[in-house]
Order: sequence, then C-alpha cells, then structure tokens
Amino acid sequence: MLQQLPLDLRMALARAQCDLYSNLVTRATGRAVRGQLETMLREMSGLRLAVLDFTHVGVLDFSCADEIVAQLLLRFGAGLPAHAPAPPTPSYFMFRGLAEAHLEALEPVLERHGLALVAEGPDGSMQLVGTVEPEEHSTWQLVLASGGGDVDVIASFAAEAGVDLHDRLVALARRRLVIQTAAGFHPLQHH
Amino acid sequence: MTIILTVPPSLDDGTFESLLQQMAPLADDEKVLVDARHTRWSSPYGLIGLLTLAQSRAETPQFIPPEDPNTASYWARSGFFRHAEKFFDLTRPVPRSRTGDSNYFLEITPIARTEDVQHVVQHIQERSQAIMETLGFPPSGAIGFSVVLSESCQNIIEHADGPGWVAVQNYDWKKRLGRRVVVIAVTDCGIGFKQSLAPKRGSSDRWDDGAALESALSRGTSRFHDPGRGQGLAGIKRYVAKWGAKMTIRSGTARIGIIPTWDDELALIEHLPPFPGAQMQIIIPQAVAS
Repeated sequence: MLQQLPLDLRMALARAQCDLYSNLVTRATGRAVRGQLETMLREMSGLRLAVLDFTHVGVLDFSCADEIVAQLLLRFGAGLPAHAPAPPTPSYFMFRGLAEAHLEALEPVLERHGLALVAEGPDGSMQLVGTVEPEEHSTWQLVLASGGGDVDVIASFAAEAGVDLHDRLVALARRRLVIQTAAGFHPLQHH
Repeated sequence: MTIILTVPPSLDDGTFESLLQQMAPLADDEKVLVDARHTRWSSPYGLIGLLTLAQSRAETPQFIPPEDPNTASYWARSGFFRHAEKFFDLTRPVPRSRTGDSNYFLEITPIARTEDVQHVVQHIQERSQAIMETLGFPPSGAIGFSVVLSESCQNIIEHADGPGWVAVQNYDWKKRLGRRVVVIAVTDCGIGFKQSLAPKRGSSDRWDDGAALESALSRGTSRFHDPGRGQGLAGIKRYVAKWGAKMTIRSGTARIGIIPTWDDELALIEHLPPFPGAQMQIIIPQAVAS
C-alpha cells in the first residue's frame, strides 16, 4: 500500500522554527527544514509518496535547494542517476507549486548531482526536472499518457511499434520517477 | 606616531585602492587616522570598505568624518556612522539617523549569522517592486535578485570565518552608461579566498590570490568536499550573465571580474595592495527596452 504524505514547506519551516520568514534561503535553514521533513518521512513505513508543496515559498536559493531537495533525494534514494544503487524500500517524491524562479535555483542543483524529480504544475500537469536522458523522458511520457499499466499497455501509446520498453521502465522505476507494482508501472500521482 | 590615511574625494571600488596603497606598508598595530574631511561621495563599496578596514586593524583607528554636511548626512542615513562608531574612534560629532531614513534599497547591514541573511532577503523583498522598476525587470525578477543577494551574503557565513557587511543602492549612470544601475556591495574581513580554498589546491599548482579567485569563479571550487557545494557563486555568475551585469571580487592582492561589454576593466588584476577578506561588487544595469 502506497502511503501519501503531503508536506507543506511552510509547515516544515515552522517546525524548524524558521517560520518568521517564508523564504528558503541559507544552508542552515535548509538543513533545519530537511531535518523536519526527514523526521516526518521516517514516521511512515513501507512505500511512501511525499508531496513537497512549494506554493507558499517565496525565495529558494541554490544553497537551500541543495540542502532540502537534493540532499533529501540523495538520502532517500529517489531520482538518483540510473547507475546508482537504489535503496530497498522505495520512497517517492513529487514537487508541487514550483515557480519558474524556484526552478532557476533547482535545476542546476539537480544537474550537479545527476538527480531528477517529478513536478506537478498548478493545472495538474506533470513534468520531469533535472538530469533526464531523452529516452527516459519519452518513456516517462508514455507512462503518463497511458495512466500506467503493464508494459504492453504502455507500449500501445508509443508512436513507434515494437519498441521494447521493459528495461527502460525498470530504469525509470529504479530512479523512483515512476512506481513499479505487480500490475506494472504507474505515474506518481497524488489525490 | 599616527599615520594619516586620506580618503579620496570620491570613494568607490577603484579609488578605495589608494587607501589600501597607503595602508600597505603599515603594521597591523600601527595607529592610523582615516581622514575623510574632503570626501564628497562614496559608493556602498567604499563605505563598507571603510568599516572592513577598521575591523582589520589591531588598534582602533581614528576617523575624521566628511566636512560637507550633505555628505555627512548621506553617510549617516546609509547607516555608516551607526556602525562606524563601534569600529572607529570618531573625532567629531556626526549626524544621527535611524534605520529606514535613507533611500538605500538596503542600508549598510552587518552579516555575521544566518539570521542576518534571512533578514536581508526579507527586507529586499519588501523593496522588490522599487528595485524591479529601477532595473526595468519584470516583477518575477525579484526572486533572482534576492537569490543573488542571499548567496553573496552566505559566502561570508560559509567561507569567510569573519564578519562582513552588505549594502544595496541605485544610481543614475546617465553619463557613463545612459541607464540606471543597482549596486550590490558585500565585504568581509575574513580569511580570504586563498586561505579558504588552500586545502583544495593541487600540489604542483601556482597558488596565490589570483589563482584562488580563478579557481572559485571559473571552476566553482569550494573548500568543502561535498559535491553540492560551490553552487552559490556559479549561480550568481549565471544571473550576472543574464542581466548583463558586472561582478568583481577582490581578495588579498587580486581582483577578478566578469566584465560586460559596457565596461573595459581587466578580468584579472593582480599585485594589488593587500587587504584581508573579500570584497564583492555587482553592478546591474537597467534593462534596455527591446
């Protein structure tokens, strides 16, 4: 069973006693906020999908983007480069409310570590951010378009017939950019 | 014997060097008197440079404030005298001012703790509309401006091992550029780039202030082993390029810069008079309407 945990960054800031400000700036602030998020995440067992909501965040600087987002992904083994070993208990992360200015800080940070993440736009549309190969991106879009399912269902959405998607889907699942279950591969979704 | 250091009539990042030239042969504990009587104008870089100069001395320097009442009043409103009285022995009464009296986007503000950076970013967001209008940037540009300010100030906390200062002001550079500019000045009297990055130097590499600055600015070298570090300066560089801005960093005896087409300074200047810590200046010109 996938546990979903909405995490409002404003709440984490408040818990880290940084709620005087709505800005995620400085490494010290980032470490404090990540500490709160890690505590909340560790209270959940099994499969978990954490939705980090940046809607109320004003400024996100490079240091805080690294301390919160990159370090969180690295520690929980999500969005890692394809060759990196993935931890046995999957943790999934989705990011909501990322404005263009947030992405300006976040993208270089993710690229520095070879990380990727799934972001949900205000209209519910999803996008991959960070280090993603074109082949990974196109496969991920097929999962999204199909709504998920087994390899044959997902492959039926490909423009080109006869493409073997299995390995590509497994690689995406290892990066925690899609969810792999006994029934197949599924987009990260939060309801 | 007290040595007199004469502050030039117009004090900016260029003329500040003449002060450092005068100070270079002096021992740290030599008594100095900083004479600003005939100074009529100072940039934020000049004012926070004076504070850093005072902090770098073993003996508290004496200070003669500007004679011109307008200059003295402006310096008071920038917050200069409020801080200077802690580091200088002021030889004459100076005008009083309260925080918020000036037209500075950010008055001279000390940076020593992470909370100071939070405070600076919060303050600048409150002024963001005026700053973006000055620069002709869309309102969304305010976040990038705050990020640059945040990362610039964090360099003090993360790398300098010493306190520092920040100030932000705008000027009309009608003659020089035909546009307005916003100037961010950040200084500290810490260990400087050369010492901060020394653990990362290659054993066969040339290692001096110029090499340390090149390493930090061109290769994103950080004193920390974590690959996630060193992104602040790299990020500032990206914004500087995007805005067509000019950035200079002076540390020790060298100054490195990202020089836009509207300026003709050298990208690297070495063999300058020594000065502790690091001094950064970013000059952002008003956007040209397309």
